[in-house]
Amino acid sequence: MDRKIAPAFRQVENIELIRPLKHVLPNGIEIFTIDAGDQELCRIEFIYQNVNWDAAKPLQAQAVNTMLNDGTGKLKASEIAGRVDYYGAFIQMEHSVDQSSVVLYTLNKHLRSVLPVVREVITDSIFPGQELKTFKRNQKQKLLVSLEKNDVVARRAFSYALFGTTPYGFPVQAGDYDRLTREDLQHYFKKCYRPKNCTIMIAGRVTGDMIDAIGEYFGSDADSGAPARKNNFTFSKGAGQEHYVEKPGALQSAIRIGQLSVNRTHADFPGLQVLNTILGGYFGSRLMANIREDKGYTYGIGSGLASMQHAGYFFISSEVGAEVCSAAVNEIQKEITLLKEEPVGGEELGLVRNYILGSFLGGLENAFSHADKFKNIHFFGLDYDYYDRYLEVIKTISPHELLRLANEYLRFEDMEKVIVGKR
Amino acid sequence: MVKFNRFTLANGLRVIVHEDKTTPMAVMNILYDVGARDENPEQTGFAHLFEHLMFGGSVNVPSYDEPLQRVGGENNAFTSNDITNYYITLPAVNLETAFWLESDRMLGLAFSEKSLEVQRNVVSEEFKQRYLNQPYGDVWLKLRPLAYREHAYQWATIGKDLSHIENAKIEDVKAFFYKHYNPQNAILVVGGDVETAAVKLLAEKWFGNIPAGEKYVRNLVQEPAQTAERRLVVEAKVPVNAIYMGFHIPARRTGGFYESDLLSDILSRGKSSRFYLSLVKEQQLFSEVNAYHTSSVDPGLFILEGKPVAGVTPGQAEAALWAELDVLKNGLIGDDELTKIKNKIESTAAFAEMSLLDKAMNLAYFELLGDAGDLNRETEKYLAVTSEDLRNRAREVFTKQNASVMYYLAETPGKVAETPEALRAS
Repeated sequence: MDRKIAPAFRQVENIELIRPLKHVLPNGIEIFTIDAGDQELCRIEFIYQNVNWDAAKPLQAQAVNTMLNDGTGKLKASEIAGRVDYYGAFIQMEHSVDQSSVVLYTLNKHLRSVLPVVREVITDSIFPGQELKTFKRNQKQKLLVSLEKNDVVARRAFSYALFGTTPYGFPVQAGDYDRLTREDLQHYFKKCYRPKNCTIMIAGRVTGDMIDAIGEYFGSDADSGAPARKNNFTFSKGAGQEHYVEKPGALQSAIRIGQLSVNRTHADFPGLQVLNTILGGYFGSRLMANIREDKGYTYGIGSGLASMQHAGYFFISSEVGAEVCSAAVNEIQKEITLLKEEPVGGEELGLVRNYILGSFLGGLENAFSHADKFKNIHFFGLDYDYYDRYLEVIKTISPHELLRLANEYLRFEDMEKVIVGKR
Repeated sequence: MVKFNRFTLANGLRVIVHEDKTTPMAVMNILYDVGARDENPEQTGFAHLFEHLMFGGSVNVPSYDEPLQRVGGENNAFTSNDITNYYITLPAVNLETAFWLESDRMLGLAFSEKSLEVQRNVVSEEFKQRYLNQPYGDVWLKLRPLAYREHAYQWATIGKDLSHIENAKIEDVKAFFYKHYNPQNAILVVGGDVETAAVKLLAEKWFGNIPAGEKYVRNLVQEPAQTAERRLVVEAKVPVNAIYMGFHIPARRTGGFYESDLLSDILSRGKSSRFYLSLVKEQQLFSEVNAYHTSSVDPGLFILEGKPVAGVTPGQAEAALWAELDVLKNGLIGDDELTKIKNKIESTAAFAEMSLLDKAMNLAYFELLGDAGDLNRETEKYLAVTSEDLRNRAREVFTKQNASVMYYLAETPGKVAETPEALRAS
């Protein structure tokens, strides 16, 4: 045995995605189920598309989602929490820029005990005035604290520069909480949380009785009233400006640099993911190798591609020593230029292909992760052939194609450059 | 139920195998029985700095990360006050690469000066990012020495002071390695789509000829019982006041640990918890308030922390926390409430079995505590706790003389620096 020689290895070949079964309830709600695993438990997500965006009421979708378990026609907030907690279940409200979800985690043996509470929450939330007051006060205090964090301030300034006063960019301030009214929340709740706008995703140990139970509690409410206005946004290229927020006494500066890009629906997206991985998408990336492992400027630096329903963007982010901030930005620019001018070598590309494939396989750990893979395509109007194409691109993309992508999508001069701290 | 097989190599390395055929992946988790509590008080932060250096190349393999990524693997590590834990996830077909890499760095490090210099900087930046340049980031740097006067838990894993990291020398690194990083002080767990017999062969092949080294015998000064209340007031550039209260609780391997854990659930787990219902919703005293504990091997700390709403003084906030503790000391927890937190323990244990890596980490940790099999007996231990046990524990723990109280006050409450959002048209 020679310890200097690496053991033989194989590239990942067979990747099997578990595709969901589809059921449709009498009122049109679509249920998708991923049945896998040994544990008698499940995660049930009730997913709603955000609607009726209004920049004058930027918080209504989020506030409605967060406050769903703060009281219904029959149950007080404490009763909702008590009923769910008693059975060892968890209800989480999840809000993103495109969707709002109610997520239930429960052991299967308690499903029928907790579903009635979920039904209450989804169909009969009332947003009590006192609860709204508490919500506003506590959220404003949390906002004060988070605005003291340089990375948070950088993220807000960056998103605002790219997306302005849409849900993707809106920089929420205390006054936005003050302006929330109970009537607005009740109205939004009626418009958004309705059968036609709902998708149910179940993952875990799925049984026939489970589907029956979902049907009993959620299948009969009819959808009535005028439909909500769907959110739809388009964005144009920004000016590529510098945004500097000075924080006297800062020990570190938060850096966020990036630009509009394409989302998952675009043919270039898989290739861009390879490019992003090379630049800053894994521990051995060029940005990490240079700025952390060679220079020691930071604890961590990375890049990413975000895919939302109506936009995509590319970003690099880090927190670096205040005294080396400018040097770090220069290195970032150098690394981008390098990708545009020199083809990626075969060694590095081979490594990145294998890394992404292994990482993809590792991301299919359990029923929940298979459900997540489905959601990633379903809500973008894609089918499983997306993953076939994706894996094919990972295995075959050429250095030449990466060069093309870098020149088309990584344009330092077009990037918004945010620095919070000192430079 | 997490099934496993277990064997020990001649050099003392303990190996645990968890076969899980539902995944095409494998994990390798290696726990070294060394943490910040084993550091010299003049060289704190060293166990954690050392963790970084473990990625700087080993005696036969110049790069750790690159060959692993090349076979589709990922890895990371963490250091706590008690342990240093390294883990790899990779396609099971490439398991041997993990054995190659992990065994070589147990055999010997490259001890490169360049790596030490860079990682000193990286860890300094980590210190700034997580502890100094964050609102409330230095709370634990102040709370630990308030509660611990003798025990090594008085410093955080990042260290007492940046200078300790900046002054680290390569000789110190070598000494630390030979003292702690040998087969006798390690527990190896391999899990996923693997066979025990094959793992045994690989373990013998790659780890079997590593010298046993000397067994590190831990002999830490234990914290004497606290005899009087301790108080500290700090002012900092934060927008909102905060209050922290720490109480000494029993060690991990004792029944008192389970009681303390359940008490923290009663107080603040979920939106039906006492703190949330009483202090946030009903009395409107806090915007957020939590109870938790440090979960350490030696006697740990039970922490209450909260941010009072504007207009509530730290004194009022503290009085309200004591009032909740008094309820625990003076009355018995009802059957429903006890059933509720025990049901959460049961469901949390079931959900934890969804993750291969979590199972592997847990097996290693319970083996360190004495027996990996205890992982499967953990829920029973919680279920055996009675209301009387909880009341008695509360009476013992929640006393003034066992308390360390810190007020963390805003220099100028409510003031926020100008940000570019101010530019937004209003």
